[in-house]
Amino acid sequence: MNYTSQKSLTYNPSLTRNIGNKALTIISALFAIISVLPLILVISYVLIKGGSYINLETLILEPEPPGDDLLSAGGIGPAITGTFIMAVIASIISIPVGVGGGIYLAEYSKSGKFAKFIRFGSNVLAGVPSIIAGVFIYAIIVSTKILFGSMFSGIAGGISLSILMLPTIIKTTDEALKLVPNDMRRAAFGVGASKFTMITNITLPAAFSSISTGILLALARAAGETAPLIFTALFSRYYITSFDDLFYEMGSLSVLIYNFALEPYEAQNQLAWAASFILVVVLLSLNILSRWIGTLGSFSKNKV
Amino acid sequence: MLHSVDKASKSKFSLRTRPTSEKLVDIGFKNIVVAMASMVAVVLFSIFAVVYYESTESISRYGLRFLFSSSWNPVTDEYGAFTAIYGTLFTSIASLLIAIPLGVGTAIFITENIIPEYIRNVIGIMVELLAAIPSVVLGLWAVFIMEPFIRPFLNIIYEIFGFIPFFSTQPLGAGMMPAILILVVMILPIITSISKDSLNQVPSKLRQAAYGIGASRWTTIFKVIIPAAISGITGGVLLSLGRAMGETMAVTMIIGNSNNFSWSIFSPSYTISSMLANQFGEADGSQVSSLMYAALILMILTLLVNVFAQWIVKKLSLKYQ
Repeated sequence: MNYTSQKSLTYNPSLTRNIGNKALTIISALFAIISVLPLILVISYVLIKGGSYINLETLILEPEPPGDDLLSAGGIGPAITGTFIMAVIASIISIPVGVGGGIYLAEYSKSGKFAKFIRFGSNVLAGVPSIIAGVFIYAIIVSTKILFGSMFSGIAGGISLSILMLPTIIKTTDEALKLVPNDMRRAAFGVGASKFTMITNITLPAAFSSISTGILLALARAAGETAPLIFTALFSRYYITSFDDLFYEMGSLSVLIYNFALEPYEAQNQLAWAASFILVVVLLSLNILSRWIGTLGSFSKNKV
Repeated sequence: MLHSVDKASKSKFSLRTRPTSEKLVDIGFKNIVVAMASMVAVVLFSIFAVVYYESTESISRYGLRFLFSSSWNPVTDEYGAFTAIYGTLFTSIASLLIAIPLGVGTAIFITENIIPEYIRNVIGIMVELLAAIPSVVLGLWAVFIMEPFIRPFLNIIYEIFGFIPFFSTQPLGAGMMPAILILVVMILPIITSISKDSLNQVPSKLRQAAYGIGASRWTTIFKVIIPAAISGITGGVLLSLGRAMGETMAVTMIIGNSNNFSWSIFSPSYTISSMLANQFGEADGSQVSSLMYAALILMILTLLVNVFAQWIVKKLSLKYQ
C-alpha cells in the first residue's frame, strides 16, 4: 500500500471545489446586494422626492379636497397630529397591559400552563394580520356605535393600533425580565421586600432599557400601520380643535399616503410623497433610538 | 449565657410583621397583572368570535361553495372568494420562493467571514431597517417607481413566453407580478434577520470540525451549518409566509384589485386582505358578512401557518450546550 501522494498542499485555484466556492461566495454577495438595494432605493426616493415637497406650508396646512385646486393640495398638518394622537392612545392602552402581562409571565408564572398558553397566544396575536384588527374594531366599536354614539373615530383607530402593539410589548417585557439575574430577586426578598416592591423597585428598573426598546419598536410599527385605520379612524382633512373631536374621524399620515397616492392629481401625489418623508424619517429615528437605548446598560444574554 | 444573648438580640431586633396593607397591595398587584396577561387571550378569542359571528350568515348561505366560486356580485348577492384566496396563496408563496434564496443567501454572507465585520454589521442593520419602512410607503414607491421601471422587462417576458398561461396577458400596470415583488421586499428582512440569528447560534466547534476534516467553506455551509440552523430558518420562513398572506397596503395599491380570475401573473388580481381594504368601507348587509367570511378564512390560514411555525421550531431545534 502506498499512501504517498503527488498532489501539492498549496491552494490551487483551478480545482473544481475552489471554483465552486468562489462562485457561491460571489452569488451570496450578489444576493446581499440585491437585498440591500430596495432599502437604498426606497429611502433615497422618499428622502429626495418627498423631501423636495417639504416646506412650512406643507407641514402646517390642512389638505385640500382632491381636484379643487390643481396646483396646491394644502398640507399634511392634521395628518401629523392625527398619527401622533392615535399613537398616544394606542400607547396608553397597550403599554400598561403589555408590561403588566409581561410581568405576570416572567415574575409570577414562569412555566405554568396558563403562562405557556398566554405566550402562545401572544405569538398568535402577533401573527394576526393587521387588517383583521381593523375589521374586529369595526365590528365591535364602529358599527355598534358603542363609544357614545360615535362611529369612525380617532379613539377606535388608537384601540385597533393598541392590539398590534400588545403582543410585542408583552414579549419584550417577558424576555427582558427573564434576563434579570435571580440573585437580585433573592437579595430583595432577603432584605424583606414584598414581591410588589421587588418588582417595581428592582426588576423593572433593571429591565427598563430593554422594555423601552420593545415599546419603541412596537410604537414605530403601529404608527406606520394603515390597514387597521382605514375602517376605524377613516380620514379627516381638519385639525382637531377640542376633546370631542377624538370621537370623530381622524386623519393620519399613513391613510393620507394611501388615499392621495391613488388620486389622479399630481398635487395630491406630491403630498403623499411629503407625508412618506415625514413618516419614514420619524419611524427610522424611532428605530435607531430604540437600538441605541437597547445598548444602554441592560442585561444581555452574554453578561448574565 | 446563651439565654442572655437571645434576650439581648430580641430587644435590639424585633421581627417586623408585614402590615395588612402591604399584603393587600401584593395580592392586588398580582391580580392586576394576571388580568392584564389574560387580555391577550380575551382579545384573541374575541377577534375569532366576532369575525365568526359576523360571518355566520354567509357561512350558512354559501358554505364551502364560497371557497370555489369567483363571482362577487353585490346586485345578485352572489359571493365567492376563490380569486382572492388563490391570489393570497399565489402571491405569498411566489414571493417566498424568491425571498428564501435571497434572504438565506444574505444571512450566510453576513454571518461568514468573507468581508470585514463592520461592513457585515452595516448590511445587517440596513436589511433590518427595511422592515421599519411602513408598507404604505413601499406601496407608494411600488406604484410610482418600481412598476413603471419593471414594466418593459415584463413586456419582454410577455412577448417571448406569452403562450404560457402564466404570462398570457399584457402587463399594463398594476397586477400580480409587481405585488409579488413588493412582497419580496417586505418579507426579506424577516427571513434574513431570523436566518442570521439562527446561523449565528450554530456553535463554532461544528464549523472547525468540518474544516478540520478538509471540507471547503460552502460544503461546510451546506452540509453542517444550514442543517444545524434549519429550525430557525424554517420558522422564519413560515413567519414571513404568514406576514405575506396578511399584508394589505402595499399589495392593495399595486395588485389592481380585480375579482376576475386569471392564470396570468401580469393581470390584476385580488388578495383577501386587499379585498377587505377595498370593499369593507362601502359594504353593507350580506356583503359585510361575505367579507367577514373571507376575513375568517384569512385568519385561519395565518393561524395555521403561525402555529405550524412555532411547532416546527420546537420540533426541529437541536440543543447545543
